[in-house]
Amino acid sequence: MDTIWVESNGLVIIAESVTKSFGNIQALRGVDLKVKKGEFLTVFGPNGAGKTTLIKLLATLTKPTSGKVIIANHDIKKEPDKVRGLIGVISHDAYLYENLSAIENIRFFASLYGVSEVQGRAIEVIRQVGLESRMHNLVRTFSRGMKQRLAVARAIVHEPKILLLDEPYTGLDQHGSRIFGEMLKWLKSENRTILMTTHNIAEGLEISDRIAILSAGRIAYESETNKVELTGFKEIYFEKVGI
Amino acid sequence: MTKIWAIVWKDIITELRTKELFSSMLTFALLIIVIFNFAFDFSSELIPVAAPAILWVAFTFAGVLGLGRSFALEKEGNSILGILLTPTDRSLIFLGKMISNAIFVFMVELLILPMFVLFFNYNLSHSLIPLLLIVFLGTIGFVAVGTLFSAMALNTKLREVLLPILLFPIIIPIIVSSVKLSGAILNGKTMGQAGTALQVLVSFDVIFLVVCSIVFEYVLEE
Repeated sequence: MDTIWVESNGLVIIAESVTKSFGNIQALRGVDLKVKKGEFLTVFGPNGAGKTTLIKLLATLTKPTSGKVIIANHDIKKEPDKVRGLIGVISHDAYLYENLSAIENIRFFASLYGVSEVQGRAIEVIRQVGLESRMHNLVRTFSRGMKQRLAVARAIVHEPKILLLDEPYTGLDQHGSRIFGEMLKWLKSENRTILMTTHNIAEGLEISDRIAILSAGRIAYESETNKVELTGFKEIYFEKVGI
Repeated sequence: MTKIWAIVWKDIITELRTKELFSSMLTFALLIIVIFNFAFDFSSELIPVAAPAILWVAFTFAGVLGLGRSFALEKEGNSILGILLTPTDRSLIFLGKMISNAIFVFMVELLILPMFVLFFNYNLSHSLIPLLLIVFLGTIGFVAVGTLFSAMALNTKLREVLLPILLFPIIIPIIVSSVKLSGAILNGKTMGQAGTALQVLVSFDVIFLVVCSIVFEYVLEE
């Protein structure tokens, strides 16, 4: 795998004046965002704030209309394949094939990521997410929580140092959320740089180092997590998103 | 190559488990052959002219049915995004999807061909290999364009309707050449007697393959 080459200022993700339009609709209106190596940034925002568009941009699934996005010193427009090899993405959709087993899914994605020891690595990540007993079962027989754990295995099979999470708690019940929360703590403990979007304030605050609020396509607020507490932040959030 | 075959393997395994594309394509193609068989009089002088066209109507209509579902299956659970997130060149994704689509369509064609021979009373003892070659060349051309348009129609609400409307006007040269060549072979003539049809078919195959694999990247972009 590629080694992350970080700028001298320690920034791994840099977005500068990023805009994204879909026809007449402006999803992002000049987003500036910086994430340091090893940092966990949570971006909060209501539905339609542009969170998914932001993740899709960082994940190279779409290009900015204007502005610049640099990930681990690679411009996402000029070197999208290099960026793809360095990031893992977990979304509310698992991006898995329902008619393949867990191990077949992970082997398939490992091959596309160019992992050298496909079988060994697939078994290893499935064990890490605690699904070894269901390794040979078809994904369509999995619960939502199990699919999300397998999505984590898919996202880390190529050992990325940067993770992008788009509303990963969506559709999880309390038990599933708890397991997924523990998994996030484990991913964070491995010194990964993580950017997560969510509208769940409590879960986001609990795990992140820094927080931001995305409102109507703009970053409306940024702070270190240890400088805010839940009640106070909720007031700030509702003020910034205009509720 | 590993990445192309990973995509082909994934599609084949999925199809073996669901039998979604193959069974619908085969049934549809068989129905077309049977309906036309009853519609035409065997002694009719039209048969030598119409039969090759009937064969290609069966192949392409059934093929469109399968091609439409090919990317629709990728949309379920947004699994296509999982592929797009990997550092895989978009042209390799296109080739992988195209090869698996071509395998399914070609398998259906191989099963339909004996039915066609039986129903329309042809003897292929000396012309099977050239006919299979034309079927292969024709299939490559229309599956290449079909795979591209199937991906293009992925994010549209009317994808099942849109695909044939987009596809058929573009593949006219492929279909016309394939019908001419198949007609010549089925009626005991040589491929050379079909004029420049073989050159046209091969040329369009190459053009479509190259253009579609290049354009595919832009089709998938939101």
